[in-house]
Amino acid sequence: MLIKKPADIPSSEITPKSLYLNRRKFLAGAAAVGAVGFAGLRLGELVSPSTTAQADAKIDGIKKSSFSTNETITPYKDVTNYNNYYEFSTDKYEPAGLAKNFKTRPWTVTIDGEVEKKQVLDVDTIIKMAPPEERIYRHRCVEGWSIVVPWVGFSLSELINKAKPTSKAKFVEFTTIEDSKQMPGQRSHVLDWPYVEGLRMDEAMHPLALLCFGMYGEALPNQDGAPLRLVVPWKYGFKSGKAIVRIRFTGSQPQTTWAEMAPREYGFYANVNPNVDHPRWSQAKERRLGEFLKRPTLMFNGYDQVASLYTGMDLKKNF
Amino acid sequence: MIRWFKPAVFLACLIPLALLGWKAYSGGLGANPIEVITHATGDWTLRFLLITLSITPIRKLTGRLWLIRYRRMFGLFAFFYATLHFLTYIWLDKFFDLHDMLHDIAKRKFITVGFAGFVLLIPLALTSTKGWIRRLGGKRWQALHRLIYFSAIAGVIHYWWLVKADIREPLKYAAILAVLLGYRIAVWVGPKLSGNKAKALREPQVQIPER
Repeated sequence: MLIKKPADIPSSEITPKSLYLNRRKFLAGAAAVGAVGFAGLRLGELVSPSTTAQADAKIDGIKKSSFSTNETITPYKDVTNYNNYYEFSTDKYEPAGLAKNFKTRPWTVTIDGEVEKKQVLDVDTIIKMAPPEERIYRHRCVEGWSIVVPWVGFSLSELINKAKPTSKAKFVEFTTIEDSKQMPGQRSHVLDWPYVEGLRMDEAMHPLALLCFGMYGEALPNQDGAPLRLVVPWKYGFKSGKAIVRIRFTGSQPQTTWAEMAPREYGFYANVNPNVDHPRWSQAKERRLGEFLKRPTLMFNGYDQVASLYTGMDLKKNF
Repeated sequence: MIRWFKPAVFLACLIPLALLGWKAYSGGLGANPIEVITHATGDWTLRFLLITLSITPIRKLTGRLWLIRYRRMFGLFAFFYATLHFLTYIWLDKFFDLHDMLHDIAKRKFITVGFAGFVLLIPLALTSTKGWIRRLGGKRWQALHRLIYFSAIAGVIHYWWLVKADIREPLKYAAILAVLLGYRIAVWVGPKLSGNKAKALREPQVQIPER
């Protein structure tokens, strides 16, 4: 066989995460011992290892969700090494390395626009707004590949209800951090930074729309959008903004990055739709990472429960 | 030239394929192996096209006339990687779904132009032998093989049209191709403008083998 499938690796060969994390701690300890040898000052760190990595932190009390699919979950290794994250690089294999030292704390999110009270919230305050749920969602990229990811978060509606938008709020806009010092991809004008995405209010209020801060039972890795991202499973992946710093409620449809950049190719709605092709490629099929043959793409990525949001709309026009 | 040099160059041209094979075997192709194979074979097609097109300018500008002995090899390697690229597309991507494929070729501009670039290389590969040079005659053979210009242009456009936003990579290939084709235009137009000074540059570039 040409390509090894994940199934070829017996589960006995996969190192349990707890074990390899311990190994890392051991190595860090060994390095610290070396440092002590030279400086003789870092004993404190050796006794209580510093809390360097926010990622890899286990999230407690995760509830299961009836929205989860029982399809095979894509390996953690693939979801963390194959990332469309143009703020770091347009090469999908690079964000994993480039985002390693990205600072996700302290982190605040500005909530403004058409709301009763504008406020700046600490990300840890937001994370505690509702109990964490595991949502195993299909995730379909506009490029034609897909993955199945066990996200951790809660419905975006929880935050929206607490933000108390006014009756003028018809859309929600999500802005990704702009920080070219930390994000080398932002040093070139591949896209118009900062990255902006948006949803219609009823879309944002749909329980499937997830405010996400974890995956695989742990805090989000940096390359997957830490510390806070959106996951809108019935839309193409680019609608799910990463590293969100601002949530703004608006009366008119937000100017979103990809739709601005190439309006003929990327619409505001960007619902997964096998019947509406991207002008340059077909959307009828997708390659699920780890699978050899392509599988048919499902309407709304298989989330039929959102269909009622679009009754009466021409989805070929509003692609 | 040292006798082992040509076989060594031949083997070096196979390194990209060997690396790909090794990665496939050792599981090093990452999350989306088919995408990696598609991109690698496409990249190397373009690179070999540009290498082939650079032989003549380098020969003329540096006087290293022996380089002509490598032009056919590089050209055939361009065709070799283009064939692998095409096979990846019809096998791994389309899984021999002929209907789907024809639909693609007709409807997707970047596939249309890429396919055209590949098809243009076929007659060049077929007539790359000494026998064909003799049969066609140097002039006609040379005229036919100018198709490589169009194939290379098609290849770069194919790459340009398929990227989502970041055109920096295709731009590099386009810039090199522009220089290589620009040289030919200069050689062609130059003498017409300034007498026959550069006429020497236009001498036939085909070695007609002795019978």
